Amino acid sequence: MSNQVALTGNEVMAQAMRQINPDVVAAYPITPQTAMVQVFSQFVADGNVDTEYVTVESEHSAMSATVGASAAGSRAMTATAANGLALMWEILYIASGTRLPIVMPVVNRALSGPINIHCDHSDAMGARDAGWIQFFAENAQEAYDNAIQAVRISEHEDVRLPSMVNLDGFIISHAVENLEILADDEVEEFVGEYHADNYLLNSESPIAVGPLDLQDFYFEHKMQQSVAVENVKDVVLKVAEEYKGISGREYGLFEEYKLDDAEIAVVALGSTTGTAKAAVDNLREQGVKAGLLKIRLYRPFPAQEIADALKDLKAVAILDRAETFSTTGGPVFADVKAALYDIKADVEATNYIYGLGGRDIKVGEIESVFTDLQQVVETGNVEQTINYLGVRE
Amino acid sequence: MTSLTEIRWHGRGGQGSKTASILLGKVAAKTGKNIQAFPEYGPERMGAPVLAYNRISEDKITVHCQVTEPSTVAVLDPTLLSVVDVTDGVPADGTIIVNTTEDGAELKEKLGFDGDVWAVDAYGISTEEIGAPFPNTPMLGALIKATGLLPYEGFLEEIKKEFEKKFAHKPEVVEGNLASIERAYQEVKN
Repeated sequence: MSNQVALTGNEVMAQAMRQINPDVVAAYPITPQTAMVQVFSQFVADGNVDTEYVTVESEHSAMSATVGASAAGSRAMTATAANGLALMWEILYIASGTRLPIVMPVVNRALSGPINIHCDHSDAMGARDAGWIQFFAENAQEAYDNAIQAVRISEHEDVRLPSMVNLDGFIISHAVENLEILADDEVEEFVGEYHADNYLLNSESPIAVGPLDLQDFYFEHKMQQSVAVENVKDVVLKVAEEYKGISGREYGLFEEYKLDDAEIAVVALGSTTGTAKAAVDNLREQGVKAGLLKIRLYRPFPAQEIADALKDLKAVAILDRAETFSTTGGPVFADVKAALYDIKADVEATNYIYGLGGRDIKVGEIESVFTDLQQVVETGNVEQTINYLGVRE
Repeated sequence: MTSLTEIRWHGRGGQGSKTASILLGKVAAKTGKNIQAFPEYGPERMGAPVLAYNRISEDKITVHCQVTEPSTVAVLDPTLLSVVDVTDGVPADGTIIVNTTEDGAELKEKLGFDGDVWAVDAYGISTEEIGAPFPNTPMLGALIKATGLLPYEGFLEEIKKEFEKKFAHKPEVVEGNLASIERAYQEVKN
């Protein structure tokens, strides 16, 4: 039995955490994630969950305690944002390299400086090569659904890797939207009990976790990690199929919106994809064959599948809510362009960096991207590959 | 999205414009509508002009940008009229509801807006019913009357439940807030 609710993104994620009922949560509050762990800690105080809540003095400690709890054999979660994620940096790699299936909501916020508390993806994008699975969500419903599925994906025997469940700061975390949450027992049954194969607190079969691993074996262990990452896509699809059975909601590696017969399209992730759908609808009404590819699984990057979905377009614009300062465009652009190159697709690709530090992006601005793409198709000429959308001159 | 209603709330920090937008959103969701309710987060300061928004629709709402062309505007403090252009982006046939002791004709002239303008003394009502000038709940009653956005009886029933949840630790204020809504609904004039 599902329930219709109207809650903020943070409240909904706290509900997901309550329903997952992890053994351990170690978290430090940071805007715009604060309400999530605040509401969850109330569930702990009220005895609504069996979780051991560890209050820590920093995000470095939050991730360290979560790693310790996961290595000990428990189901462990934390949550963070922006500079908090940056402070976890060292331990992010230890979590993935130790193959610990931690699930962590990340409420996307701009990294300082200058100091800013609003949404962009500079936090998560900086961690894109840390060996974590990364999901992005259009709205609170998807963030909730991703969190529950991430538990199964991370803990899957072919994966055993941590997941970041991203949701846009303020735009999703602090906005009230109506959505459907599953019944507690449905989530309990779906995530099941967690039984680690090898864990620290197993006196029957004692192991060491995290010992020195030098020239003779480090490389092999990294290779095993790479193989596990290769397995993620299949597991994501399998878990999505099962989740559809209890939720009725369909998930893939990405969503194709009116992309079938499209001639021009944008690629994006996060809350802006909802705004982009309105832009696509408006252009379709004018007879323009516009489409959208919304990335759900960003790490590992489903390059082949995305390239196949885009290969029949005439031109595509990739939207990035993060700057890499590489002078070669945003992170999603680099990934999509490489994927198109690999299959020798004949599609002009341009990049739009937008929304940094929470700058609003409107339907009309995305429509202007499509207008630029029409121009590219008409002239066969890309005037400007890397563009900045919505910035004052 | 023809059924989409977009609302902008103008208030001063601490007056509860965010709470008003959330309450309206939650009640509308209970009646089966798709909703969004969100404030504009800036540097929050008590007394500074603040904004909150609603989107309410029969259809699924996908957009996640700010509301720039609201068909309905609610102003929680009359002194904002000389500080903020509350008519910004409002279409000619839009609705503006102001907490003021002035009447509709005076307001229209002051706003330079010829559409649907409503006035209600939300400070007076809340001072009498709640014991302090909390304009946000009476403004909800006024907005329902002015817009007909939701059926009044159903709205009252659902908002009572929201109040009972919200004020679980001080149930004595539920009645005053309900009375404020009912009086504002009766007394708001265009």
